[in-house]
Amino acid sequence: MKLPEKTEGPWVTSFDPLTRQWTYTVTYNVSYAEDSPFFHALGHNKLLGSECQKCRYRYATPRTVCMYCGGPTDWFELPLEGRVHSWTTCHFSGEPYLSECPFHLGLIEFDRVDTLFMTRLVGIEQPRIGMPVRACFRRKKTWSVNDVYFVKKE
Amino acid sequence: MRPVYMLAGGITKFAKVHPDKDFRLMVKEAFDAALGDLDGRLTPADIEGSVISYFSDHFTCQLKAGAMVQDFVGLCPKPHVRIEGGGATGGLCFQSAVQAVASGRFNVCAAMGFETMSTVETWKGNDFIALASDTHFDYPLGGFYTGYYAMMAVRHMHEFGTTEEQMARVAVKNYGNAVHNPFAQHRHPATLEEVMNSAMIAYPCRRMTTCVMSDGAAAVILASEEAARKFCANPIRVAGIGSGSDAMRMADRPHARVPLLPHESESDYRDLKYPGVHSFRAGRMAAMEAYRQAGITDPRQDIQAWELHDAYASAELQQYEDIGLCKYGESGRFIEEGHPTIHGSNPVNPSGGLLACGHPVGATGLMQMVFCFWQCQQTIARHFGDPFCQIQNVRRAAGYSHAGTGTYVTISILEKP
Ligand SMILES: [Zn+2]
Repeated sequence: MKLPEKTEGPWVTSFDPLTRQWTYTVTYNVSYAEDSPFFHALGHNKLLGSECQKCRYRYATPRTVCMYCGGPTDWFELPLEGRVHSWTTCHFSGEPYLSECPFHLGLIEFDRVDTLFMTRLVGIEQPRIGMPVRACFRRKKTWSVNDVYFVKKE
Repeated sequence: MRPVYMLAGGITKFAKVHPDKDFRLMVKEAFDAALGDLDGRLTPADIEGSVISYFSDHFTCQLKAGAMVQDFVGLCPKPHVRIEGGGATGGLCFQSAVQAVASGRFNVCAAMGFETMSTVETWKGNDFIALASDTHFDYPLGGFYTGYYAMMAVRHMHEFGTTEEQMARVAVKNYGNAVHNPFAQHRHPATLEEVMNSAMIAYPCRRMTTCVMSDGAAAVILASEEAARKFCANPIRVAGIGSGSDAMRMADRPHARVPLLPHESESDYRDLKYPGVHSFRAGRMAAMEAYRQAGITDPRQDIQAWELHDAYASAELQQYEDIGLCKYGESGRFIEEGHPTIHGSNPVNPSGGLLACGHPVGATGLMQMVFCFWQCQQTIARHFGDPFCQIQNVRRAAGYSHAGTGTYVTISILEKP
């Protein structure tokens, strides 16, 4: 009895020291869990933030429990218009996003909300701090935070 | 808490790739270099336990790699733990070993760290590093740490008028110092023009104001006062350690008031919303704790050499302010006036920092402490084979290790006894 020979081996990129390629892939079932309502809302073209029911701190990026007083938060609808708090243009990135370079990232500030929201800025030649922007939503959902992006408010 | 001393340190040369040595052999090299400095007075048998740090299991393709280091360097069956905390992994490892000795648990403790980032291409490495941001809200937008730091830098420019040229000056300084450091990965001087014309990665972070991926290891031996006297001719005391944290998502950072250092006053920052995304609150907290322990009332006078976490040149500027070398908003002028240069009033990264030495994450924070140790011992000339990087009359030197967009920061201060 012999172990069957393999016809497809790994690529060897160097013989000494011996360096072989190893591909390891994995598919996770990742639950958005308590943040699920935020992602459901993106499906209805709405942006949800979290407001602390005890100290009234208002978060633009959701969290179930207040960072400052430990109180429970409740969902509230964020305005769909805000301003650029900071931005950058990425000419390079991690592997999954390389083909999308260059792209703009932005942090958005909203009136009467205490924290920011990170997003892609789309269709803007030169972003600047303070620029008024408005939320747009993908028609075909990806069920990720990329279902919302911001464009310049004309 | 009893006093803790650093007895020795060792570093491998950081390089883009070390295909002929795996992580265990790299750590062993650094460990042997540290022991070698003690002229055989201390052997592995004298070490009572260890802390081992590496950042990413993804880079290593090996879980529990710390256990493999422990047996490889001959420390089994002694106690051992692995520490992980993003970019601050090495600094946290150092502090964990300090605590183990300070508590009385160990008389001699080894802290060892490594990273092997050459297992994947740079773009995949960027992806692994980005997994250390919120994978629901931040990572899917473009998974790229340089992009996050770039947004912090853009806000710093907006708040304080910081310029791209000031960031480039940090890089020129650090590359210049590293020419004289044989452990550094990048040993060519750079001109302001070269840095400012290097490829844009994420505005305003350029190729030459951003650190590269590295392979490397570093090791440190820490001990009680009694053990220090027994094993080492010129030990250096750990005068203080401090650390701080901040929200993982930088979008969640507050816009509130500045926690003040001993030499600052409320009126310095009347209109500043802090930390926002322009400053590292964790760095400020780490400084406050470490300064209190070490009895430092003015870091500009009391600490003569710094190793800061210049993964990005802009971050070094931000850190000058967090640790109080200048006030918030003044870091651009601080570098322009030459204060952090090797002959300036407050030398920062005399080794060349992360920009030039490289950033094998789990080793970086320990490497910084080895450089600080040699600065305090006045042995840079012997270790580098070149006296250029030695700061004269160092009484205290401090290392600043930094994770995420400022999610963990450690500051460790060494002092000549
Ligand atoms: Zn609250």
